[in-house]
Amino acid sequence: MNVTVRYFASMRDRMGCADEVVSIGGDASTVAAVWAIVSEDKPMPPSTLIAVNMAYTDAAAALKDGDELAFFPPVTGG
Amino acid sequence: MKVVVQESPFEPGQVVADYQNSLPRGKHGGVVTFVGTMRDFNDGQDVAAMRLDYYPGMTEKHIEQVCEEAAQRWDIVDSLVVHRHGDMYPNDAIVLVAVWSAHRANAFDACRFIINYLKERAPFWKCETTPAGHKRWVEHNSRDPKAEVVSGNGSAQTVE
Repeated sequence: MNVTVRYFASMRDRMGCADEVVSIGGDASTVAAVWAIVSEDKPMPPSTLIAVNMAYTDAAAALKDGDELAFFPPVTGG
Repeated sequence: MKVVVQESPFEPGQVVADYQNSLPRGKHGGVVTFVGTMRDFNDGQDVAAMRLDYYPGMTEKHIEQVCEEAAQRWDIVDSLVVHRHGDMYPNDAIVLVAVWSAHRANAFDACRFIINYLKERAPFWKCETTPAGHKRWVEHNSRDPKAEVVSGNGSAQTVE
């Protein structure tokens, strides 16, 4: 399965790109499993926010083929 | 209800007047507005410029959700949110929240709810540039002491 992973703000700087497509064996995965792949098993910064298909979720959330996953720091709009 | 995320600068008073002209006449007794503008200082440092990044699609969706929730919680006539992204400079308007209602209390409460929820949940990120040219991401917003605490599932509770 393929998941598009997007990074914003300081997370984009940290990861060195704005987005990437991650291929995972099988037809299901989790946010935590994808983070382990893209970060090469580095711990996730504790304040990281996570969205799947533009809805907030957490690292335990399940993923399916075609999902859009995003990692970003606390928001600072307004 | 209208939500706009735009790169171009806007004049808040004109935007409010134009939108109000599109509303049914005689149905509202007042409008409460909040306009957030860019400071030239933050966390003890001078700021010369700022860039606001956002998550196209998710940002608009979350602002629309908070406007819909405000309309469910308070008896209001309409709401309008305009938020900038891209490059901006001190004194520029960053965000406008306007709420029309028959009576002022609902407009005040709904306007405060929308701007506080937006600051906590809408995916925007500020990157400031100092006069020396150093860039830094703003790590957190200042909190309204009467802000509502927003939980992970999007519901909100007031803590005072």
